[in-house]
Formats: sequence, structure tokens, C-alpha cells
Amino acid sequence: MNRARWLVLALPVVWMALFFAAPFAIVFSIGFTESAEGIPPYAPLLRWREDGSPYLQLNLENFRLLFDDPFYIEAYLRSLRVAAISAALCLLIGYPMALAIVRAPARWRAALLMLVVLPFWTSFLLRVTAWIGLLQDRGWINSALLALGVVEAPVALLYTDLAMYLGITYCYLPFMVLPIYATLSKLDDSLLEAAADLGARPVRAFLSITLPLSLPGIIAGFLLVFIPAVGEFVIPELLGGPGAQLIGRVLWTEFFQNRDWPLASALAVVLLIALVVPIGLFQARAARA
Amino acid sequence: MSLAAVGRPGTPEPWRDPDAVPFLRIEGVTKRFGSFVALDDVSLSIYRGELFALLGGSGSGKSTLLRCLAGFLELDAGRIILDGQDMAGVAPYARPVNMMFQSYALFPHMSVAQNIAFGLKQEGMPKPAIAARVTEMLALTRMEGFGDRRPAQLSGGQKARVALARALAKRPKLLLLDEPLSALDKNLREATQFELVNIQERTGTTFIIVTHDQEEAMTMATRLAVMDRGTLAQIGTPGEVYEYPNSRFTAEFLGTANILEGVIERGEGGGARIGSSEYEFDIVTSSPAPKPVGSRVFVALRPERMRIARVASGTPHADNRLVGRVRDIAYFGDFFMVHVAMEGGRTLRVSLPNLRRITERPVDWEDVVAITWDADAGVVLPE
Repeated sequence: MNRARWLVLALPVVWMALFFAAPFAIVFSIGFTESAEGIPPYAPLLRWREDGSPYLQLNLENFRLLFDDPFYIEAYLRSLRVAAISAALCLLIGYPMALAIVRAPARWRAALLMLVVLPFWTSFLLRVTAWIGLLQDRGWINSALLALGVVEAPVALLYTDLAMYLGITYCYLPFMVLPIYATLSKLDDSLLEAAADLGARPVRAFLSITLPLSLPGIIAGFLLVFIPAVGEFVIPELLGGPGAQLIGRVLWTEFFQNRDWPLASALAVVLLIALVVPIGLFQARAARA
Repeated sequence: MSLAAVGRPGTPEPWRDPDAVPFLRIEGVTKRFGSFVALDDVSLSIYRGELFALLGGSGSGKSTLLRCLAGFLELDAGRIILDGQDMAGVAPYARPVNMMFQSYALFPHMSVAQNIAFGLKQEGMPKPAIAARVTEMLALTRMEGFGDRRPAQLSGGQKARVALARALAKRPKLLLLDEPLSALDKNLREATQFELVNIQERTGTTFIIVTHDQEEAMTMATRLAVMDRGTLAQIGTPGEVYEYPNSRFTAEFLGTANILEGVIERGEGGGARIGSSEYEFDIVTSSPAPKPVGSRVFVALRPERMRIARVASGTPHADNRLVGRVRDIAYFGDFFMVHVAMEGGRTLRVSLPNLRRITERPVDWEDVVAITWDADAGVVLPE
């Protein structure tokens, strides 16, 4: 193997080792330690006997607590539900957008795609904060509703589930639109013509040809929205209500407020496994089919 | 040489019958894309059971006409009347017309059987009837046992068969074939051509086939139309169009033709005598001149209708005889194409059948040769 090729292969391997495998190994091992006073705030995993031989002091309490205390399980389930609903909303809005861009005249397509990606050019935090300005009691939406006489008192929009879903859907929409656009734009137009020619009305042609053939894009978009949304912390924190404890906020609380690094690490590890294992199995099945 | 040129035995020729009612009438059809006129006032009648070929180069409008018939394009002017019904405003999914696409357009996520069943399902045909028709179509296209395969698991020839089976499954009044065999290699293409003709005759369906391959059009079609820049340059049986091209364009498009230029001098024995405007000789034809004496005309001569022989240097031209020098000999296996350069730089092409394995070529490079032909070889082009 020549040197250039080796370098190309080594770069991603080194990157993944340094910035994924190593940090994950550290977090994973902290999950098995005991909480302690001091810096860092956990007892060492590797200890030494008096005769100088090393041994591992494994603590499984963190993981047991996660499965025993319904608080954590509920937070996991709630996070999965919020992520699934958000991804479904993104799909509902994103699919027609992607389809419209694909069907638009060729000279408009680049500009329309640009518009989808354009919000990324401003800071994520700024965009979420802007929603506060729109949704709060004296924000633009309530002012408009009051001025039009639709409502007599401001409607509580901010710090509700509605605001949270709005924020997540808004921020993650491009991750749904782009992969669906990619599969739809590769679709051979003559397939739809053939369906029409064989007697399928436009809706039937869409359901039996376009939709099944764009399934890979739908799955990719769904995962791209779902996975980060499960652990999303900022949007529920800034826009959502105080009642909904999502796993991202639980993690934050354990880590920064309770300074319980071992429990926070265990939370993160379980979250990762809960996402990676089913998705891995699904991908393996899809690859076989 | 060609099935159709010699006439299929017992094949009716309804286009010769002035009382026959056309199955498909294309009347003054015009289609523009922006300022480009893709179809310019095209009129054509096609009869039930015909295998009609639209032949032309790219941009000639042949595919546009086919897409107008399928309903994918709306007409800017004119009418299409199929079996007495005006197709204006009838959507593609409502037309009794099916199409075999150039790319085959098989649905990749469906099996062969599901592809064939697709059109029948849209009609709401009951399941047992669909299954029976799918079996029938698989048998017709000799694809039994392939029903469960996916299109990706098929060879090019098999895909073509499935595309045909799918298009025929609904028993369309009219089957449109868009360059159906262009993706196949030569041997498979020829075999499939005969099979297509066979299936067309067995089902009795009216076929319109678009092709740029003149050999394909000649071997398969009952009649063909040569298209040029959005118009029909000539319509006729393959034999008629090949033997009596009406213009320089069709003469050169269908087969190979040497085009000579001259002025009609007089009628002669029912034929014509044309004085060449290029060389010191006259062209004598047995067919009458289509234009009055004194008109400038082109005469088309097929390479296989001309003879070639060595002559002494300095032999003069004569009636239906030109003298030149062999510039090139192209070997095609079954024949040679001899390029003969005339004085003034023009080249005439004469084909020489490869009758026996050669030890000595009848003519060779740089030979001085005479090209001669009979009076019935030259065709005076009306345009």
C-alpha cells in the first residue's frame, strides 16, 4: 500500500480514536466509579493493594439506580417520545418541501436549497432566542392576536410543549429536507411517466412509486433528526415547560448541579447504547434486504 | 434483405385502399418548446394492426410525436384521433395507449410479476384475473419462471421483454415503443426485432416504434415515416422509401446514396435524360422525370446498384458511366465499399459483394475504374 493511501485511511481512524473512542472510554469508565469529594469528583477506578498489586474497584450502583428509579426511566421514555414526535413533524413538513424543490424549475432549485440551509448561517442560540421573542406573552404572535381581537388575554405559548416542538422542528428541519431531496432528485422521471402511462393517477403514482423509492432518504432524515433530538438540551431548556424532565436536562443537572459525574456518565452511556443498538440492528437488516 | 420490403405474405395494405378508415389520425399536430418548433404541422394516418416506424435523427421530432400520443405533452395545434375518439384533454393515465420506454422504466422495488400487474391493478381488475394475465404475458415474452425476480437481477434483453409484457398487459389499442432495442447489442437486437414483430402479429396490436436505426425500421415496419426537423420527409413502406426516396434527405438517411446533380434534357423512352452539371456525361433513367425539361434535379444512386471494373487510363465518361480512381476500399466482411475519387475531388461509393474468399481483389487502390449502372438504378429526386 502506498503512503498517500495509508494517510487517507489513517486520518479518519486517528480522528475517531482521539475524539470518539477515547472520550467514550473515559466516560464509560467514570460510570463505574463512586462519587467522591474532590477534583475530579469521583474515586479512582484503578487502585493499588498494600502489596503493590493493582485491582479495579467497580461500582455498579449508578447503573442499578438508573433502572430502579422510575424518574430516570421516565425521562428516557419522554425523550424518545419527544424526539420521535419532532422527527415525525419534520418529516411531515420536510417531505413536501423536498418534493417541491425537486419538481421546481431547474434554475430555482439551487436557490431553494440555499434557503433551506440559510438559517445555519446564524447562530443556533440566536435562532432559538428569537423564538422567545415571537412566543412570549408580549411577543409578536400574542401582540398580533390581541390587535386582531382574536384573543382578549395573551395565550401562553412560551414554556410549553408546543414551543419546544416548534423549536426542535424548526432547528432540525434541514436535516430532514436534504437527505430526502437527495433521494428524490435521483429518481428517474420516466418511472412516474410509466406509472401514469399504466393508468395510475398522480396520487396513486406517488404512493406506489415515489414514496417507496424515497424510503432510504426518509430513514436517513428521520435518524438525523431523531438521534440528536433525544439528547437535545438547549431547546427544551429555553422554550419548553418546567415540568418535562428530558434526559438532556437530567444529565445536565446530575453533572453540573449535583456534581455526580459517575451517575451522569452512566446516563450518557445508557443513552448511547439505547440509540446505537436498535439503529445498528435496523441498518444490518436493511443491508441484508 | 428485409421482411417488410418484400411484403409479408398475406399482409393487408389498408393504406392503398381509399375507403379504409384509419385507426389513428394525426391531423396538423404542432408542438413548440419556446421558439423551437419540435413538430411542424404533422399529419399522418395509421391503420389498425400496423407496425409503423418513426425514423429520424436526434432532434427530428420523432420522440416528441410519440410523447404527444402518450399524452405526456399537450399539443399547440392539431388533433390526435384514436379509434374515433379525440385525445385532446385526455390524461396519460386515461388513454388506451401504453408505452415501452427507452430506459424500460421498470419499477425497481417491484418484482417482474408486480411490474406486469401494475397497470391491471390500476384498472381494478380482480386478483385471479390479474394473475392469469401476468402468466399469459410472461409466456408471450418467454419469461416464464422470472416472475419473482427483481429488475436488477435481469439482463438487458430480459428487461426489454418485461417492459414489453408490462406495456401489453392492458391490451392497449396502441402500443408506443421509444427506441426499444437501442440498449441491446447487435445480435440480441436482431433476434429481439424478429420477436417483437412476431408478438405484434400474434396480438394484432397497433405498434408505433420510434427509432434512429434505419435497419431496425426497415426490417420491422409495415410502413415508416422519415422525420426531419419536425416534419415528415416521406411516408411509405420500407421498400418504397428505399427504392423511391423523394428527397436528398431521405435518400441519404435511409441507406447510402450517391447524389449527382443535373438538368433534365428530355424524356426518353418513358424515362428521362439528365445532363450532368458536374461531369461530361448524361444520366439516363427508366423512371419518368418528376419535373419539366430544363429543371435542375438530384439523382440518387445506391452503391449496390452500380458496377465497377478496371479500365485503361483516359477512358472517357459516357451515358451512365463515370471514370475515376480508387481511393479507398473499406472491408465490411460481407461486402466491400469502394470509394472512387472523381476529378474535382468528389467521391462516389460503390459496394462490391464479397462473393468468394479473395486471393486477388477485382479492383485495388489507385486503379483507374469505370462505374456503370443500368437505367433503372437512378432515381430522380422530386425535391
